[in-house]
Amino acid sequence: MEGKKIRILIAKPGLDGHDRGAKVVARALRDAGMEVIYTGLRQTPEQIVETAIQEDVDVIGLSILSGAHTHLFPKVIELLKENNIKDIVVMGGGVIPEEDIPELKKVGISGIFTPGTDTRDIIKFVKEKVK
Amino acid sequence: MLEKEELKKIKKSREKWESNDLKSTLERFPERKEKFVTGSGKEVARLYAPDNLEEFNYIKDLNFPGEYPYTRGVQSTMYRGRLWTMRQYAGFGTAEESNKRYKYLLDQGQTGLSVAFDLPTQIGYDSDHTMSSGEVGKVGVAIDSLKDMEILFNGIPLDKVSTSMTINAPATVLLAMYIAVAEKQGISPDKLNGTIQNDVLKEYIARGTYIFPPAPSMRLITNIFEYCFREMPLWNTISISGYHIREAGSTAIQEVAFTLADGVAYVDAAIKIGLKVDDFAPRLSFFFNAHNDLLEELAKFRAARRLWAKIMKERFGAKNKKSLMLRFHTQTAGCTLTAQQADNNIVRVTIQALAAVLGGTQSLHTNSRDEALALPAEDSVRIALRTQQVLAYESGVTETVDPLAGSYYVENLTNKIEEKALEYIEKIDKLGGVTQAIEKGFIQWEIQNSAYQYQKDIEEGKRIVVGVNKFKIKEGSPKGLLKVNPEVGRRQVEELKKLKEGRDNHKVKNNLKSLEKAAKTDVNLMPLILDCVKSYATLGEICDVLRSIFGEYKESVKL
Repeated sequence: MEGKKIRILIAKPGLDGHDRGAKVVARALRDAGMEVIYTGLRQTPEQIVETAIQEDVDVIGLSILSGAHTHLFPKVIELLKENNIKDIVVMGGGVIPEEDIPELKKVGISGIFTPGTDTRDIIKFVKEKVK
Repeated sequence: MLEKEELKKIKKSREKWESNDLKSTLERFPERKEKFVTGSGKEVARLYAPDNLEEFNYIKDLNFPGEYPYTRGVQSTMYRGRLWTMRQYAGFGTAEESNKRYKYLLDQGQTGLSVAFDLPTQIGYDSDHTMSSGEVGKVGVAIDSLKDMEILFNGIPLDKVSTSMTINAPATVLLAMYIAVAEKQGISPDKLNGTIQNDVLKEYIARGTYIFPPAPSMRLITNIFEYCFREMPLWNTISISGYHIREAGSTAIQEVAFTLADGVAYVDAAIKIGLKVDDFAPRLSFFFNAHNDLLEELAKFRAARRLWAKIMKERFGAKNKKSLMLRFHTQTAGCTLTAQQADNNIVRVTIQALAAVLGGTQSLHTNSRDEALALPAEDSVRIALRTQQVLAYESGVTETVDPLAGSYYVENLTNKIEEKALEYIEKIDKLGGVTQAIEKGFIQWEIQNSAYQYQKDIEEGKRIVVGVNKFKIKEGSPKGLLKVNPEVGRRQVEELKKLKEGRDNHKVKNNLKSLEKAAKTDVNLMPLILDCVKSYATLGEICDVLRSIFGEYKESVKL
């Protein structure tokens, strides 16, 4: 992928309005040289997948602090499968209890980043996943 | 003000000290850092002395507590007369579960209630709406109709407690439900004590639970001002909130500036519809954050109080003393809590709560240690409440009014925060006011920049967060976290279905029709919403009617 910029969609699924983390991560990824699209608040999983397809992204980053991650994260994965998309990496962040992480990973969220995460770890993760 | 001669002497002594003692110390022991800064990143001098307060004028700058400009507090005896209200924000799952938590908190010595609603309720959707899927009962209690509200306050006499409700865009509806529950308990609205957040401007800026565009939102807000002036003289009609602005990443100065700028916009809106400033201003209240930098934070509260008093007097010509007083609730800073070594959060919360008390807060919520991980468990909430009780009964800081007044550093900080906040407010005025500043993205952009800088400072090690970027340990998984029953959503939907079958649907329809008609004119909508609520029209049905007339707000984001 030499020369091509990594494209990332940062999305806020559900009704949660806490967007500090999403915006900070979006800027950190952009400063690391990636192309970042931010959806804004209140996106349905359908809208997120649609935008991801339209924007031809390599990665979707989902952010939730309301506790709805167990419901909404897997929904996004399901829709990607329905659309026969296999090459988009999906990661998530927010207030996510540790005990929920194995299940989310199992359904296909490949990275989960919880409070206290260094944005450089997220950048590293993305660069390793998108090759 | 200091005598000229005295000041000269002090300056001279300072010079002497700097060139002798200090110089030789610095040569042998350099300081830990090149530059020292506050929690908000403002530079801090090595030492503050009278020469940092050359213009200081006790009567003009501080005066006595309960006297203009209220720097030292809004009451003359402060906590010697009455302690602050200990008010823990709580609510989750169903109305039954939340009702149980409220009774537990009241049993533990809490003195006021604070209701957290789930996101569908805050955005005016019923539990069966597609957008509600996965969110019902998660960050607060799910309320679909008056029925849920009756259960929520079951066995809690509403004339004996004060209740704060964190509800904004649909504030009229939830206030109407509260009035209707009280009525069923035989209590008239004029006996009700409490606060409704009702602050939509900060939803556009930082919190995100807006529904309608600014103009109709301002109408609903001022409808509440007007209604409460007539019917609910003890009710705080708005809680103008800096809390969420700070959580979104602003500095202390920006928190004061943007909150008071919002306040100016509400006062302007109310005057525009013909209300008299001294009729509604005494019921305006505020809500601030308390961060870790103890001295900067307590100075912030003092600065906010003084600046608001000046604005109300000079800009709006308010005469009633109560119109000039900034009364506020404080919550400790959620964004400072760490998931790592979560028990350390108890200490952070203690410092933050102390800042609020030293800053003269009227009520206080202390966060629980586990909130970076999940909603707080019962024992964590108890420790948080006990923290307030230790401060109130053991620390001694309550025994005299505004104990840090006169500290060279604190007064200097208070002056600086006021001055810089005023500069922001003037800038917002030039942009055409808060609504324009929001639509231009100015306020959001300022906050985003501060948030990004904060994160960068942590990652570059310029800002130490204990347990996160220093003093780390390997930890096991946290135990005993609260889990919201996943059945809540299903149960809530079932109950809603039953409700719709059992009520007088003809009456509901008529009431909603009347509301629709009224929304197209400029009458006060409170009485009509009250009728809807009493006939068990749901929150979603009422908000849908208003959406159809007012439209919906769409944010624009600049990264």
